[in-house]
Amino acid sequence: MAAVKNILLVGVGGQGTILVSKILSNGLVEAGYDVKMSEVHGMAQRGGSVSTQVRYGKQVFSPIIGKGQADILVSFETMEALRWLEFLKPSGAVIVNDYQIPSAPILMGKAEYPEGVLEILQDKADTTVIKAARIAEDLGSAKAMNIVLFGALVRAMQLTDIDWNAQIGKNVKPKTLNVNLSAFQAGLAAGTK
Amino acid sequence: MKQLLTGNEAIARGAYEAGVAYASAYPGTPSTEILENIAAYKEIVAQWDPNEKVAMETAIGASIAGARSLAAMKMVGVNVAADPLFSFAYSGVNGGMLLISADDPGMHSSQNEQDNRHYAKFAKVAMVEPSDSQEAKEMVRAAMEISEQFDTPVLMRVTTRVCHSKSLVEIGEPQAQVKKPYVKNLQKFDLVPAISRKLRVNLEERLAKLKRFAEETPLNFIEWHDKKIGVISSGIAYQYVREVFGEQASYLKLGFTYPLPLEKIKSFAAQVETVYVVEELEPYLEEQIKAAGVACVGKEKIPPMGELNPDIVAKALLGQEPVLLEYDQSSVVNRPPTLCAGCPHRSFFYELGKRKDIMISGDIGCYGLGGAEPLNAKDSCICMGGGPSLAHGAQKMFNHFNENMRTVSVVGDSTFFHTGINSMMTAVYNRSNTVACILDNRITGMTGHQENPGTGFTLQGEPTKIIDIPTVVKALGVDHIRVVNPMNLQELKDAFDWALALTEPAVIITRWPCVLKRLTEDDKQEFGDYKGVCVVDEAVCVGCKLCIKTGCPALQFKKEEKKTKIDGAQCVGCEVCVQVCPKKAIAKVGE
Repeated sequence: MAAVKNILLVGVGGQGTILVSKILSNGLVEAGYDVKMSEVHGMAQRGGSVSTQVRYGKQVFSPIIGKGQADILVSFETMEALRWLEFLKPSGAVIVNDYQIPSAPILMGKAEYPEGVLEILQDKADTTVIKAARIAEDLGSAKAMNIVLFGALVRAMQLTDIDWNAQIGKNVKPKTLNVNLSAFQAGLAAGTK
Repeated sequence: MKQLLTGNEAIARGAYEAGVAYASAYPGTPSTEILENIAAYKEIVAQWDPNEKVAMETAIGASIAGARSLAAMKMVGVNVAADPLFSFAYSGVNGGMLLISADDPGMHSSQNEQDNRHYAKFAKVAMVEPSDSQEAKEMVRAAMEISEQFDTPVLMRVTTRVCHSKSLVEIGEPQAQVKKPYVKNLQKFDLVPAISRKLRVNLEERLAKLKRFAEETPLNFIEWHDKKIGVISSGIAYQYVREVFGEQASYLKLGFTYPLPLEKIKSFAAQVETVYVVEELEPYLEEQIKAAGVACVGKEKIPPMGELNPDIVAKALLGQEPVLLEYDQSSVVNRPPTLCAGCPHRSFFYELGKRKDIMISGDIGCYGLGGAEPLNAKDSCICMGGGPSLAHGAQKMFNHFNENMRTVSVVGDSTFFHTGINSMMTAVYNRSNTVACILDNRITGMTGHQENPGTGFTLQGEPTKIIDIPTVVKALGVDHIRVVNPMNLQELKDAFDWALALTEPAVIITRWPCVLKRLTEDDKQEFGDYKGVCVVDEAVCVGCKLCIKTGCPALQFKKEEKKTKIDGAQCVGCEVCVQVCPKKAIAKVGE
């Protein structure tokens, strides 16, 4: 546990980035790391672009991640990965959900959803594309999309020896536990590329 | 035992551990979760007040009665609470009293980025500034002890990144709540001029004692490493400099920041080659340090505005810039926040935005989103609850100069109780023909659903009397009041026609719950539950895009097909788009 690792989770307000960062942070604490996590509340949550930052290591000072500092960028929405890519270390990895949420200017027909985002990401960085929406829907709950991405993140972090199932159990409603545990396993498997 | 807590959660835990018996607040980002978390401790009396001045006053009352108390608010709320703050500084406390100001550098969710550390110096009260959750918890206890030892209210200044960042906190044992006896003491608590003049002298004597305390308290500490660079910092900025300089610099970390430990600062500065003062926003520390004759580098390198971060510090003081991936970002489309699908404010702003020759003064909250494309229904927003008074002043001048302009203002249910109520009074008393609209969505929305005097529940979940907005407005002397269902566009249109034809003040109240609100049984009875979704009949849709002008995020205009599509996952079936469509191409299904 030498150098501090930086995980940046981005998406659209309401996608469950905060829940994932909570499960992640609590698991890291149980594993003995110093952890800091930062999130933004309020105005941006109303369908805006959101980010949650998790830093862990022996001792962490700043709770926020600077540009070019993220070891892993997890994007819950495709275009958001491109918006936040400058926060990735040039040697870092991207986990991106192949799932588009058009923003207001696109909905109104005033702008186009960008084409070829996944290609740009794959060209610039070590990128894993996850079809989290389809995987979650196949498991019976589209809402478990965030936990699929969490599984892929855990694989990329190489921290599979933490009891993540227990952490998921502490943070989701009992009646959604089974589908979320399946989503986590599916994400782990999908994260192998 | 260690737990990962946000600064706000840690403050709540700190209040519990420090034997705080009373806590009050008006919600506001980034302070809201302080009281929400305190409310979970049933041992503490915790409440939302109608505004920050009232919250401060009720906490002062609890202190005078002899209990430890606190009031929490966002930084602009302290402006509202400043009146009792400045005077309570004169009288001092009985039970310890803490005011928490949660500042928002970078304006993530605020209308300005004022640096409230200045309030401590201005009001002459002691100040603490935590830089992580552990300190936030500990400083509540320290503040209570300082407050009682020195007979002063204490200001705790936190910022967004302290409030909303999680870090590890060692959980401690709560100390028992102790109430001091209440003893009537006019010489202390009755601020008439003859008494205040004496208290004014006491205030300076107290500050002299606090200056000595500042030099000794472990809240201000030095970490010696390399002595070429010495950094003086406080709050979250300390974490950033610690991140950037590591052990390449020595640190004077200030946790007690009013009054400042100037002797300690001088001694630290004398032992290092170069002194950097690194602080977020204003040169609060720097000005006092320079005035004390200590040479230092501060705001000529570190920007005086915007949120600070380690990148800015590294670039400004070390000339270091990170290596970034180079890529074309031009195709990324902006993603502004929007009113939710099914939001009862959408139809209101949609109808209001169509009016000509009106000036619309808005409010703080979700109404802020009514000014954006495509609704465009706002001319100004200055502060919470101020819309009606601003509209009154403007209306007076339009009338005075014979201009054909009408003014319409917007407040919410919670902001009506906050200060909107006073604003409406002036329109009646001073006789203007402005139109005030109260968007009653049955909850405090933007900050995440807090109860308020109109909802029927207290912060700690007890059922209570509902303060009925139409009754209050009538009692203020408004003769023209109309309560409308905002989901009915014709009703809204008729109400605007009616109000704008009047020559006296009128109030339109829209009554429909926030789409995200967990409906109570009463709500369900009054408004029904959400059933069904709207769908577009593509054979009938002509692609006129009128429905798109509602700005509903469930609606998307498909350019290739030239048709609107509705996302069934987002749509709640509010039927506003159904009413807008001139071709009757949209219908609700699945009811």
